[in-house]
Amino acid sequence: METTILFAPLVGAILCGFGWKFIGEKAAMWTATGLLFLACILSWIIFFTFDGVTQQIPVMRFIESGSLSTEWAIRLDRLTAIMLIVVTTVSALVHLYSFGYMDHDPAFREGESYKPRFFAYLSFFTFSMLALVTSDNLVQMFFGWEGVGVASYLLIGFYYRKPSANAAAIKAFVVNRVGDFGFALGIFALFFLVDSINFSDVFVSGPKLAETQLSFLWGEWSAIEVICVLLFIGAMGKSAQLILHTWLPDAMEGPTPVSALIHAATMVTAGVFLVCRMSPLMEFAPNATAFITFLGAATAFFAATIGLVQTDIKRVIAYSTCSQLGYMFVAAGVGMYSAAMFHLLTHAFFKALLFLGAGSVIHAMHHEQDMMNYGGLRKKIPYTYWGMMFGTLAITGVGIPLTGIGFAGFLSKDAIIESAWAGGTGFAFWSLVIAAAFTAFYSWRLIFLTFFGEARGNKHTHDHAHESPMTMLVPLGVLSLGAIFAGMLWYGAFFGHADKVGKFYGIPVAEASEHGEGHDADTHAAHVADGTAEEHHDTAEGDAHAEDATHADDAHGDSKTGDAAHGGDHHYVFAGEPGQGAIYIAPDNHVLDDAHASPKWVKVSPFVAMALGFLLAYLFYIVNPSLPGRLAENQRPLYLFLLNKWYFDEIYDAIFVRPTLALGRFLWRRGDGNTIDGFLNGVAMGVVPFFTRLAGKAQSGYIFTYAFYMVLGIAALVTWMSIGGGAH
Amino acid sequence: MDNILSIVLVIPAIAALILAVFLRGEDAAAQRNAKMVALFATTITFLVSIGVYTGFDPENTGFQMVEERAWLMGLKYKVGVDGISVLFVLLTTFIMPLTILASWNVTDRVKDYMIAFLMLETLMLGVFMALDLVLFYLFFEAGLIPMFLIIGIWGGKERIYASFKFFLYTFLGSVLMLVAMVAMYAEAQTTDIAALMGHQFSSESFSVLGVYIVGGMQTLMFLAFFASFAVKMPMWPVHTWLPDAHVQAPTAGSVVLAAILLKMGGYGFLRFSLPMFPVGSEVMTPLVLWMSAIAVVYTSLVALVQEDMKKLIAYSSVAHMGFVTMGIFAANQQGVDGAIFQMLSHGFISAALFLCVGVIYDRMHTRDIEAYGGLVNRMPAYALVFMLFTMANVGLPGTSGFIGEFLTLMGAFQVNTWVTAVAASGVIFSAAYALWLYRRVVFGDLIKESLKSIRDMNSRERLIFAPLIVMTLLLGVYPSLVTDIIGPSTTALISNYDTALAAAEAATQHASN
Repeated sequence: METTILFAPLVGAILCGFGWKFIGEKAAMWTATGLLFLACILSWIIFFTFDGVTQQIPVMRFIESGSLSTEWAIRLDRLTAIMLIVVTTVSALVHLYSFGYMDHDPAFREGESYKPRFFAYLSFFTFSMLALVTSDNLVQMFFGWEGVGVASYLLIGFYYRKPSANAAAIKAFVVNRVGDFGFALGIFALFFLVDSINFSDVFVSGPKLAETQLSFLWGEWSAIEVICVLLFIGAMGKSAQLILHTWLPDAMEGPTPVSALIHAATMVTAGVFLVCRMSPLMEFAPNATAFITFLGAATAFFAATIGLVQTDIKRVIAYSTCSQLGYMFVAAGVGMYSAAMFHLLTHAFFKALLFLGAGSVIHAMHHEQDMMNYGGLRKKIPYTYWGMMFGTLAITGVGIPLTGIGFAGFLSKDAIIESAWAGGTGFAFWSLVIAAAFTAFYSWRLIFLTFFGEARGNKHTHDHAHESPMTMLVPLGVLSLGAIFAGMLWYGAFFGHADKVGKFYGIPVAEASEHGEGHDADTHAAHVADGTAEEHHDTAEGDAHAEDATHADDAHGDSKTGDAAHGGDHHYVFAGEPGQGAIYIAPDNHVLDDAHASPKWVKVSPFVAMALGFLLAYLFYIVNPSLPGRLAENQRPLYLFLLNKWYFDEIYDAIFVRPTLALGRFLWRRGDGNTIDGFLNGVAMGVVPFFTRLAGKAQSGYIFTYAFYMVLGIAALVTWMSIGGGAH
Repeated sequence: MDNILSIVLVIPAIAALILAVFLRGEDAAAQRNAKMVALFATTITFLVSIGVYTGFDPENTGFQMVEERAWLMGLKYKVGVDGISVLFVLLTTFIMPLTILASWNVTDRVKDYMIAFLMLETLMLGVFMALDLVLFYLFFEAGLIPMFLIIGIWGGKERIYASFKFFLYTFLGSVLMLVAMVAMYAEAQTTDIAALMGHQFSSESFSVLGVYIVGGMQTLMFLAFFASFAVKMPMWPVHTWLPDAHVQAPTAGSVVLAAILLKMGGYGFLRFSLPMFPVGSEVMTPLVLWMSAIAVVYTSLVALVQEDMKKLIAYSSVAHMGFVTMGIFAANQQGVDGAIFQMLSHGFISAALFLCVGVIYDRMHTRDIEAYGGLVNRMPAYALVFMLFTMANVGLPGTSGFIGEFLTLMGAFQVNTWVTAVAASGVIFSAAYALWLYRRVVFGDLIKESLKSIRDMNSRERLIFAPLIVMTLLLGVYPSLVTDIIGPSTTALISNYDTALAAAEAATQHASN
């Protein structure tokens, strides 16, 4: 079943990409879409029936060289199961949506066949993404990692006649390569120290690596910190975190379904997935994770500020994505991998919903993307309006404070903010809270500018604005369900008490009751054994029991500080070894409990921020629409700074792009031309002209004929030797 | 078949002889006959060479299918293959029929052209098969001649300059190698390569003219061979002949040059430098590693600003060869496996890229990137093929280009993280130059008047690319096809190398005690 899920999209891509000439466009597109829905259904079956036991399904041999031994294989654990449903669901819906959206694309001429190509790319992307999330070793992950990069490149540049699309495609690929550079070095370092890059071996090596020194470049470092930072650099590229974020907004050059699938719901979350996947290492690297937290928080804040002033509907959502990814990294950085995955899941639904909704608006408005030319569309495209509305309610985090009732983003975002308070710095916490206010502001601004107020811009376009076809509305509906209910449904599994979370991820838990003794944990040993499945577990079982007991002791000691919070609850603590279960949570990682025990003001703060953002947006765009313009006038430098995205592109152009090209030219003209050729020709100066003069005669064929005979002579010699045969 | 290697070796030569002796005239029929004979001969060579592949036992790390005959003046003819050379033999026989097919439109002195290519094939095969020092040298040097002729006669406008530059660079390098060979014979009293690999050359450090030479004779011999192989690779900074040679060579010439001739340097390092001069190699390793890393970055940067398609790809070839030397001198399993893999993979990928240039050069007679743009509008099949090989060139996982880069970098990391980091940054630049080239040539709207009637690839061109596509993808997803064969030989090579170093170390310590 897992293998079918993985390869169905690949088959679809090949059939659609190459077979459409034989079976026709429509049939090809339906084949690809049908296979995707098949993969989607199977994924949900796996998600619901998965019992937490890690499985490894080998497919084929891959790179083998000396002690390096890797396979194409599928690793199925909870992280994979989560990613499977995210990827296949959004992808299947986006395939369906594309039937409507890509119909009669004005970028292509009459009679040009572009749709099968589009579907083939989408399916190919899905295959790569699945290869990434199902990988059982780092090199297969790297395959998927770069595979999605190529798919992204092809789809961003899908409108290949448009120079800006081509430029954006290259930018995306090259910037991602910067991240991949770090990722690859991380893999090499791991292999160097662990002698394997298979997850099973890597995961158990965390404690050892924590005590190893690695001399890397100019210094001696803690091995695990270096590795985690290098891997995170890869994640920064793919997930568009600060410094390497510049490609994501430009990626909006691609068709909108692509933005929804790749640049919102799936590919860009690969970095978060990587960090969560590597939790058995991350847990031992306090500095690296502190860096992840810092950068995530900074990105969440930074991207949100830019989102405030953009007018292109897709760019607003793109910056929003960038910002939300920052949230996820904060969660992962403070050790709440589960909360990161929770937000990843809910974000996939509501962000895909927002993008597809935006696509529907763009479709209705004849490919107009500037929100300044929208307005008053509520009545014209009511279904799209409601879809966008649910998406916005979800992303801004609307819900009833201090209860578990709310839209998807309410639960997952609050989980992250509480985790940030419990496990992170003040900077991380406040950045996220402020970013939450900004999120509410720009999200509502988008809604108000698009659907409320007076119609602006081209009157003809507005008159002809029309609701999208069913193929586009059905995906909006399905995703709306996710945006509304995903948070409430899975809150317990992702961010509930340790026993629930442990069961979900297959992490062993041990009970640490209020006055428990160490041996209490033993009574739960059966529990421990159930949840684990690594092949080497059998041998480690005895050890695990002993460890559990000590962990329980630790927890008991620590829990005194938080007594008030946990009152008489049954108190469970994570007791897995690295490599047991889908994520690893170190015994001294109490972020989950601390987050649950965070003060009320912390739990309410995101709601307050959201409400402020909403009110401000309401004031700016409904009550007094002239306010934004006046504010932009008053605060012109700040406005321009935000509008120009903190001038990152200009700075990069000045310090990276131009100098690189100049250096290339210099090395070519001066290095190759003057120095090397100059020097060597100088040596051979007497010789070359001499031969060249001789060659003048060669035109007559004299020298060449001569050389020919030389060659023929050798030929004859060889022939004589082997046929005529010497002695022996 | 005991003498299968010799059979593979002589088929092209015999065909060349037949053409030279029996084919008369320059009319269309004669031209066609010349092409057919060459295609037939190279195809048969390839088919026979499959027997070499199937008959090869990877677990046996010694030389196989060895043939030894006495020759003139006490010299001998000895050929054989091991895990390191056997795939180069196959690469050669695989590529040659494709180059003949790619030359189908040649009209000038067709017979001579075909003879040159057939001779070239025999000589290149000889390099990879020879197990005797003198024989190796003969093949190694003689291979220059047909290539020199191919560039000099069927090349572009500046062909004379390019062909002499090519000839002089490579020839001057080899002269030093010859001197070292004489010295080797003087010390070991044999020219048998297998025996020389077992011989321990003196590695006692000494001073010459006030220069203290660590590793003594081994270092000197290493340097002499290095001069030749480094030029052949080509390594920075002796790479400047390559872009000129490529630009001027006809398409098929570029293909052979990039796919096979460049591999002789890397092969030489593995056959001679590491096994015969381990101490010398170790002494020079830091230098070679740094030259490799610089090559990757330097030539990638230069590639970025090229305006001639062939030059760009030529510079990218130099960068890729940088990974090869880096892997070889990492001197561990991943490094050397990766280096061999990279050479084979580059054989397919660079061949295909030069063929890609050839396809549009045949139509438009220009290699200026400026002259193109928007080809995808009229040449979708071409765009697809070019995209695939562009991606393979940037080392995309799933293509063979990835495996070599990945393994060599992985090997190098265990030796020197600085070199690895510098070389790995090449993957960023390669993406930049390759995709930028692709964008300028293939993407965009088709505006230029001259391109409005350009035709997509015909069936002959598709036929040429098909095997290259298959190999690139196959090796990319199932690299064991290669690593199973080279693995044991590489392991033996590394372990011999380490043993020899340890022995030399012990000897030095013994001496100093």
